Amino acid sequence: MDLQNIWFFLWGLLWAVYFISDGFDFGVGTLLPFLAKNDEEKRVMYNSMGPLWDGNEVWLITAGGVTFAAFPQVYAVMFSSLYSALMLILFALILRGVSFEFRHQIESPGWKKIWDSCMFIGSVLPAILFGAAFANIFRGIPIDGEGIYHGTLLTLLNPYGLLGGVLFLCFFLVHGSIWLAIKSEGDLHERAKAAASKLWIVLLAAAVVFLIASYFATNLYANYLASPALFLVIIVTVLALLGIRFYLSKGALWKAWFSSAVTIIGATFYGVIGLFPNMFPSSMDAAFSLTAYNASSSQLTLKIMLVVALIFVPIVLIYQIWAYNLFKDKVGSEGYDKVY
Amino acid sequence: MDVLFLSRLQFAAATMFHFLFVPLTLGLSILMAVMETKYASTGDETYLKMTKFWGKLFLINFALGVVTGITLEFQFGTNWSRYSEFVGDIFGSLLAIEATAAFFLESTLIGVWIFGWKKLSAKAHAFVMWLIAIASTLSAVWILIANSWMQHPVGYVMRNGRAELESLSEIIFQRWAILEFVHTASGAYVLSAFFVMGISAYHLLKKQNVEFFARSFKIAVVFGFIFSVIVAGEGHMHGADLAEKQPTKLAAMESHWETESSAPIYMFVIPDEKNEKNLVEFLPIPGMLSMLANHDMNSEVKGLKDFPADERPPVLINFISFRLMVGLGTLFILVTAVGLLLRNRLTDYPLYLKIMLFSIPLPYIANQAGWILAEVGRQPWIVYGLMKTSDAVSPVQTPQVFTSFVAFLVVYGLLGAIGFYLIVKNAKKGPDAINA
Repeated sequence: MDLQNIWFFLWGLLWAVYFISDGFDFGVGTLLPFLAKNDEEKRVMYNSMGPLWDGNEVWLITAGGVTFAAFPQVYAVMFSSLYSALMLILFALILRGVSFEFRHQIESPGWKKIWDSCMFIGSVLPAILFGAAFANIFRGIPIDGEGIYHGTLLTLLNPYGLLGGVLFLCFFLVHGSIWLAIKSEGDLHERAKAAASKLWIVLLAAAVVFLIASYFATNLYANYLASPALFLVIIVTVLALLGIRFYLSKGALWKAWFSSAVTIIGATFYGVIGLFPNMFPSSMDAAFSLTAYNASSSQLTLKIMLVVALIFVPIVLIYQIWAYNLFKDKVGSEGYDKVY
Repeated sequence: MDVLFLSRLQFAAATMFHFLFVPLTLGLSILMAVMETKYASTGDETYLKMTKFWGKLFLINFALGVVTGITLEFQFGTNWSRYSEFVGDIFGSLLAIEATAAFFLESTLIGVWIFGWKKLSAKAHAFVMWLIAIASTLSAVWILIANSWMQHPVGYVMRNGRAELESLSEIIFQRWAILEFVHTASGAYVLSAFFVMGISAYHLLKKQNVEFFARSFKIAVVFGFIFSVIVAGEGHMHGADLAEKQPTKLAAMESHWETESSAPIYMFVIPDEKNEKNLVEFLPIPGMLSMLANHDMNSEVKGLKDFPADERPPVLINFISFRLMVGLGTLFILVTAVGLLLRNRLTDYPLYLKIMLFSIPLPYIANQAGWILAEVGRQPWIVYGLMKTSDAVSPVQTPQVFTSFVAFLVVYGLLGAIGFYLIVKNAKKGPDAINA
């Protein structure tokens, strides 16, 4: 394995970790108007993410930073091509972030309603747009040899792109509703569990359609057909997806949540493996595609950054797992007050 | 308006807005760590109340700082893609290191701090606060190393049409980076001290919670005085660096047009950019500019006219920013020194307290002025001497950038107004509204 390969898969891994961590936040935020029947239940939902969401979001910053450092050209062309979509994501994330801190500052239903709306938009929009963006990357983006984008925001809203958006939203809704079921009690807990089971069916349908559509809309399967052993990744992902349902029906919520996490990681790698070595394929001409080889940093930078990653990512994981473990119980349990 | 101009406006708006919140995060986190440590070691409940009261204001400010920070990282890609391709090897690495080695710790622990009062012992909770303070300062270290590289690129080699990394240690430990960090961090600490002193003064004037706010004031005034002296003294050391490494910025901020020996500093100047001269020059301090630049009263200082017109930064804005920053910096030393003398009988000096209350915005202005000088003074370069800002901009469409710029103004304007309102409201309420 050369450095470009290692970084390519680390890049995929960082996105996967971002999706499994902030993913449940997006799910809970999207479900906010649908599952909570009163202010108390809304507060449970906010506080179920409260201690962890900020740390989760840094995985996005790290994924972005690593793209910048290890594949500067991908970073440059990807984010300038997807300008409007990315701006929408960023503004959505801003609204979501401040909602946590602002909502509880003033005791007025109107005020709270504003931030509940921001929380909803700030969760549902990134979920869909990340999905649409990645699906479009799988499909190829109209960029020329100078990295100039020949399209608009609407170019991204093709059927396959939208399907990607729906799929991501379903992943996060299932992931988030299980998380909420773990964190809540009483009616809300029951509602969250029921929602997880129902949404799982939608997720299954979306996943099947996406797997089939990818065959027609993308080149993702070329790598799999070249090395059939890779189909194991898809099989494991599908098993994990079925595992969610299995554990949900047994009431083993943590196991269901971990199955959901494995499903999301598997789905991310399904795409990443299919792309390899492309990172930002051009739909105009394959020669314009940005790959792990033609868009990477210098060997020295890749080497230094690998050392940095090998030292710091495990450290980050250790203290994040510590933080997750500290707040693993239900909201409102001993020592876990509703701050927000 | 073209993409370049709009992108510059947008980046300026986004960075300046972000930097309204960063300095307070940097400084207040340290003050809170001091307060909480005092609580953890003495068990004195007033210190706990202090931690929680200042913590409430801190968290509103922190939230705005965090959410506005994310857009900055991604704007290099969206609006400055040519720059990103050119410097990713170096600049991108520094940002990535910042996220993994510092920002992660800060963001993960802030949640633990907010929610963990009953989960952790008092000492462990105070330790978490220290880690947050240290991590946010470390975060600043990496960001400022990255900015320093734009100001004075070192440790690179031009290869494959871009700047590639040659020596990371040279980049990290270059003199410019160390100076810039000390200067920026000190400026942030001064701002935080004035924030705490100003709000304490408000309550002391009203004779509310006197003990509580007198204690807060005393911690802040010591902190404020120390860093006012450091930021000024260390800022002075920048002068010599500028003369050597960014002579155009030095000439612009002094509106210094003609190359001359034993160049003076005029106390009063009106620049006339169009005619490349000063309309009015009044009250010279002979040889002072030469002294600042080269530690030699008789030395030569290059004037703007000796640089090609397309390599000069705008004069007026840098000239004004520099004077604002230095003038305010001097004032900060004076008022904190007075505060040190009066610190044990503050309530006897209502006029001083009033001055301190109305001084809260001043370090904000000084901090912003400093950054304007740093960034506008570097123009027309995005990386000094290596890449011009006009070559760095993304090949995107004008309407896209126009739309996002307007969105930035609207969203940030609203958030700023709400944040300001909430901080003022909570600051006025005082500590009694907090359940300890």
